[in-house]
Amino acid sequence: MTPTRKKRLMMVLMVAVGVGIATGIFLTAFKDNMMYFKSPSEVSQQNYPVNRSFRLGGMVKESSMRRIPDSLKVQFEVTDFAASVLVEYEGILPDLFREGQGVVTIGKMQNDQLFVAEEVLAKHDENYMPPEAAAALEAAKPKYKNTNKESN
Amino acid sequence: MKKVFIALVPLSVFIGLIVLLYVNLNNHSEVLPSPLIGKKIPQFEHPTLYSNQVLNQDDFIGQPWMLNVFGSWCPSCQFEHPLVTALANSGKIKVVGLNWKDEPEDAIKWLKRWGNPYHEILVDYQGDTAINLGVYGAPETFLIDAQGTIVYKIAGVLTEKNIQQELMPLIEQMNQGATNP
Amino acid sequence: MLASIGQFLLILSLTTAVVLMLLPMIGYYKNNDSLMRTGRPLAYLLFVLVFSTFAILVSLFVLQDFSVTYVWQHSSLALPLRYRITATWGAHEGSVLMWITVQALWIAAVARYSRSLSLSQISRVLSVLGIIATGFIAFVLFASNPFEITNPAPLDGRDLNPLLQDFGMIIHPPLLYFGYVGMSVAFSLAVAALIGGQIDEKWIRWSRRWTNLAWAFLTIGIILGSWWAYYELGWGGWWFWDPVENASFLPWLAGTALIHVQAVSERKNAFRGWTVLLAIIAFSLCVLGTFLVRSGSITSVHSFAADPFRGIFILVLLAIYAGGALTLYALRVNQLKSKDAINLESKETMLLGNSLVFITATFTILLGTLFPMIFEAMGKKISVGSPYFGLMFFLIMIPMAVLLPLGAQMKWHKDKMSSAVKALLPHFFIAGLLTVLAYFAFDGLNLRATAGVFGGFWIASTSIMQIIKFPGKPNAGFIGMSVAHLGVAVFLFGMSMTEHKDVEKDLLLKPGQTTQVAGYDFTFNGVTSIQIENYRAQQGSILVSQDGQPLVELHPQKRHYPKQQQPMTEADIYPGFTKDIYVSLGEQINDKGDWAVRIYIKPFIRWMWFGGLMMMAGALIALFNKRNKRLEQQQVDQVMKERLKLS
Repeated sequence: MTPTRKKRLMMVLMVAVGVGIATGIFLTAFKDNMMYFKSPSEVSQQNYPVNRSFRLGGMVKESSMRRIPDSLKVQFEVTDFAASVLVEYEGILPDLFREGQGVVTIGKMQNDQLFVAEEVLAKHDENYMPPEAAAALEAAKPKYKNTNKESN
Repeated sequence: MKKVFIALVPLSVFIGLIVLLYVNLNNHSEVLPSPLIGKKIPQFEHPTLYSNQVLNQDDFIGQPWMLNVFGSWCPSCQFEHPLVTALANSGKIKVVGLNWKDEPEDAIKWLKRWGNPYHEILVDYQGDTAINLGVYGAPETFLIDAQGTIVYKIAGVLTEKNIQQELMPLIEQMNQGATNP
Repeated sequence: MLASIGQFLLILSLTTAVVLMLLPMIGYYKNNDSLMRTGRPLAYLLFVLVFSTFAILVSLFVLQDFSVTYVWQHSSLALPLRYRITATWGAHEGSVLMWITVQALWIAAVARYSRSLSLSQISRVLSVLGIIATGFIAFVLFASNPFEITNPAPLDGRDLNPLLQDFGMIIHPPLLYFGYVGMSVAFSLAVAALIGGQIDEKWIRWSRRWTNLAWAFLTIGIILGSWWAYYELGWGGWWFWDPVENASFLPWLAGTALIHVQAVSERKNAFRGWTVLLAIIAFSLCVLGTFLVRSGSITSVHSFAADPFRGIFILVLLAIYAGGALTLYALRVNQLKSKDAINLESKETMLLGNSLVFITATFTILLGTLFPMIFEAMGKKISVGSPYFGLMFFLIMIPMAVLLPLGAQMKWHKDKMSSAVKALLPHFFIAGLLTVLAYFAFDGLNLRATAGVFGGFWIASTSIMQIIKFPGKPNAGFIGMSVAHLGVAVFLFGMSMTEHKDVEKDLLLKPGQTTQVAGYDFTFNGVTSIQIENYRAQQGSILVSQDGQPLVELHPQKRHYPKQQQPMTEADIYPGFTKDIYVSLGEQINDKGDWAVRIYIKPFIRWMWFGGLMMMAGALIALFNKRNKRLEQQQVDQVMKERLKLS
């Protein structure tokens, strides 16, 4: 091999190894940090990742919010009007958190009934709702219409 | 040949990206559903602006009505005001205003200037009922039937188009329903 | 009336931009000098027109003309004058109008400061800039017109979003736009070069200064955005890896790769295709970022209200600009031959390595940002958590930190790796020693913080050594580089300390209660209501003391703007050289006056922003390189000679 070829080969090898390592790390990091988004309907059908954080979105159910006295703990229900999930959160709620408004929470299911949130995100301004929350409500709509017909 | 192929790589990646963005743009919906449609109007109890009464949801049972959320601070409300007035004057439906998060003096001043088409005005000073109704911003308009069930909701301003195409057919239907139960 | 003039000027601007796009390019293809000469005057005219349009929108806000929809939607009678002016670019329509104003300013500047380019070159560059301007002005006119009228005019407006009633927000977007739009100069040069099928050192040297300037603006824009998020969003974060933040960070990363590769390609006939490709990528990412922010197609707490038509419009612009440029690249890149051989052991190789590191970082972050979209296209909803970005960025920055001093140390053309390593080795140990000292001084550091602090010391120590040992009088290029690299060191140190040694406490405080956080006593003295300008606020009073000595009294607020539904958290910060004490009010918990309060201790957070400022300063200092000036003067002389020969 001529010296230039050798050098070129070296460079190609270095780049290839670098790209290989980067891809490997990327895939691992990605797998660990990917979070699914679930709606209350999906959660009530046991369709959620177990022992893993995911995002739960929908509306904060009317008059469902409750404070645990002398602590920063709150409980409220997140609903898509077809099903609701009880959520517990300890900490300061965002300014825009309100009953009857869109919300996205990040956390894990502690058991079948309780979602423990590490983070609560509320919508940013009055023209805006977290798209995920809107989508969850949208997805639950057909079901909701059906139940309504039955009750009539 | 090989060189040409390599030169095409960035372009192909980019085309993939554009396709992805396009597909996403079409699928991604942020249109707000109206979860309250088909449900009973939430309970409320509010003083009225002029008639000095306190009214609740049951006081409106018996005939279809329209609830129009407005505030003197809300420019779009003023924009739709002539249409609300026309609807109220048509006699086809009872029009109730929900004066939302407003100082009563301001509201009175505003109504004096632009006219008061409302058959009744509820004063929601704290904004509780607006929250229960999931109001995102004024104006919003709800159509409620004689039994107190929300039939339709329009978020944003009323226009000639949405009145004619969406509200009027429903109002006609409700009026017929009320006469032939 | 004024609004109609604005509308009219906007149409005139669009016409001018179309003419600027066409005439010089036709001139270039027909080899017609007088057509090519129209480029510069058209560029100045475009600036005058667009700037007047912008000035009219500002006056509409100042005069409170609520017949204009955009004005009543984003201001009110009670809004103070300074915020009425800045409300102009507070929301979508005005901010894209500001974008095209900045674009027109850059085009005029390019027309003015391009004497070293030949007529055929500048006419192509201005014409490509004309294409970009046409697209964005059309976007303003057809999809985001700020001059639309509401009839009848409302009596009062809806007020400006309280988050935007703030100094940081006044200057952050313009600076970011200067950066975004500045990248279009390097882009237009790349495309012009591809059209002509050739690129030489002079072109790259000329475009390098513009890229440096754009990069400096991008840097300061991002720093201000981070600073604003820190004090104004009220929750103490400085970077969230939110898609909208990533949108500004991606072009910065690609731009960093670009300025380092340009350093090689302006000296040697090497990496030409790569330089051109990076320039295209950097600007395309600016447009992509705009798309992500404006189309609402990505979940972000910062995004503007979604509008699919606007999304489609920007997507089409992106497809035309980047798609067109990349097609040209595919067709022409093989004509831009890089003739000079590159030695493996040289500064050139190191700088190439740098660009690969930064491009890898760009694509990793781009993938993380776009992955939710890919999944959504398959019907699943996911999001990528910020730990992904944090980890990836950390890993990618390891080779950056290793290569940086090597690249700065090694000589151009040919050097020995072993001698560079030998020169740097002592500093490896100095940095190691300092890291150990830091480890004990700050009561232990975790792995990532240790690595970050070590990286900071390693870069600082080697850079200082290189400054001391610089033979002769250092030139502006070298000083700029060293300042920027020291900035990287300061940033790394600050970021590692802030990220890993901060203390965060959410507390339930009763009036009069004292609690201890990180060695400080915080006494909560209750909350009182106050009325200021256009808002009401509940203001807390918290006395911070250390060892019984009162240090400062902090007054975080919960603000209520009557015309906006949302309350707003206004933190109060006691800034310091080595740490910030940060307090914000959550909400009232009960009738007894107990409040939820968040307390942060943020060590060395200011160092991070200061490091960023140093990087920016470095890029600006490098503009004054005498070597560039001398070479440019030669070019100007040559262009003049050619011109005289022609006439």
